[in-house]
Amino acid sequence: MAAKKMAIIATKGALDMAYPPLILASTAAALGWEVQVFFTFYGLQLLRKDLSGIAISPIGNPAMPMPVPMPVMVAALPGMEAMATSMMKAKMKKKGVASLEELRSVCQESDVKFIACQMTVDLFDFTKSDFIDGIEYGGAATFMKFAGESDVCLFI
Amino acid sequence: MHFDKEFDASGLACPMPIVKTKKSLADMSSGQVLRVIATDPGSVCDMQAFAEQTGHTLLSSGTENSKYVFLLKKA
Repeated sequence: MAAKKMAIIATKGALDMAYPPLILASTAAALGWEVQVFFTFYGLQLLRKDLSGIAISPIGNPAMPMPVPMPVMVAALPGMEAMATSMMKAKMKKKGVASLEELRSVCQESDVKFIACQMTVDLFDFTKSDFIDGIEYGGAATFMKFAGESDVCLFI
Repeated sequence: MHFDKEFDASGLACPMPIVKTKKSLADMSSGQVLRVIATDPGSVCDMQAFAEQTGHTLLSSGTENSKYVFLLKKA
């Protein structure tokens, strides 16, 4: 039986939105699926060598659980995003959630193909040296070729 | 029951128990049995889905000392 295929477009660079593409890609690869992830716009953040800048913001995020009720005016104060991010990361570590770096390595070790959207790489003035090795650069047509053959195709 | 190798996924959250189970199976031979211990309640359904999709046989799935314990026979 031919391996199933999953194509993902990762468009978000916030901490919470960084997880789903990497979790699904690593899991599908573990199940023997062939997986490609196309990173575009803010999703490109997930391909950077240094992932420490990936953050979560309490602003405009009413579903985010807070230890104390927090008015928007307070959440908007300087330092609140950094605090929310470090609290979230600490909680993830405590609960045994893998780091983004670990999930990304698992993907690469299990032959998940990462493609950086060349148009947005240029748009944001990134250079190849900003990104990890072992990725490809391409456009929508590159993605569509694989997406057209895929069993599961997700836009995240 | 007899097993050839054990992988303790205690404390790990989704998807690492499955991802690392797959890794643990990699250097085993067909027919050998892997015992997996996990604390993630989601692993009960996940391990079954993993077995169904990879062709490995889930010989047993249960709890021991309030942990989840699985026996997987490599395809």
